[in-house]
Amino acid sequence: MTNHHDITCRELAEFIADYLDHTLPADIAREFDRHLAVCPSCVAYIESYKQTIRLGKAAFAQAEAPADASAPQAILNAVRAARKSAR
Amino acid sequence: MTRDTRAHPYTPARAAPEQSSDEAALVRRLKAGDEAAFEQLILSASPRLLALARRMMSREEDARDAVQDAFLSAFKSIDRFDGRSQLTTWLHRITVNACLMKRRSQRRRPERSIEDLLPQFLDDGHHRSPARPWKTPPADSLEQAETLDLVRARIDELPEPYREIIILRDIEELDTDETASLLDLSAAAVKTRLHRARQALRTLLDPHFAEEQP
Repeated sequence: MTNHHDITCRELAEFIADYLDHTLPADIAREFDRHLAVCPSCVAYIESYKQTIRLGKAAFAQAEAPADASAPQAILNAVRAARKSAR
Repeated sequence: MTRDTRAHPYTPARAAPEQSSDEAALVRRLKAGDEAAFEQLILSASPRLLALARRMMSREEDARDAVQDAFLSAFKSIDRFDGRSQLTTWLHRITVNACLMKRRSQRRRPERSIEDLLPQFLDDGHHRSPARPWKTPPADSLEQAETLDLVRARIDELPEPYREIIILRDIEELDTDETASLLDLSAAAVKTRLHRARQALRTLLDPHFAEEQP
């Protein structure tokens, strides 16, 4: 952490998503870059924020159960039964 | 941000190619109430929709129920399908809705306040506790599987509105406008909520991934 920058760690944390999406105005993005050049805590925070997104995606990419060949037929039977009872 | 490159069932409506003649014929049969067409659609579309529902629901039984509800809802409203998106895209959206409805109707444990999970700052704007770098995730497949189990468990700990936005935006990769429409929020509110959700998840993961203090 350091005092030699224009924006604070709080401001940087507030707008990380816009910074990563490159939707910040260019002058503000430059202030972010200047802050990151002197603040290891914010560098660690922004890297762990990016890793959080990657881990979330990976967790659910792996979460898909193997294809269950009987599932479509089971769903079909359940939908048939529900439609029949609704008639 | 690295995008997941796995085959993805969701295609935003605006990017959908023109409806194929096979699909147009299937839609005509569905609108005419052709039972065989309904059954054909269920058998062909349910594996993908079930995979989606499994990502959104914690239990297999709930995932199957949500897909069943989605098909029932789709068949009731097939007359309103206007063909501007692909049929699979339309079904995907209905399934997301069915999962959201189901999760919200389930009684859940008391949730943590999101404020407790957001980063804390001193009055001068500096981090209250400096953030530490994170370790590289394990390469070993067994350890990797354990890590990903842990990440899923932490996502499940998020307050529901924050869990659902992580699922829709970061995992299902719906765009901001589509998510806003599904959740009845403004685009700005979606962005704010997603950012807070990621920050909260980061807080929950930090004790497991931060490097030890020197």
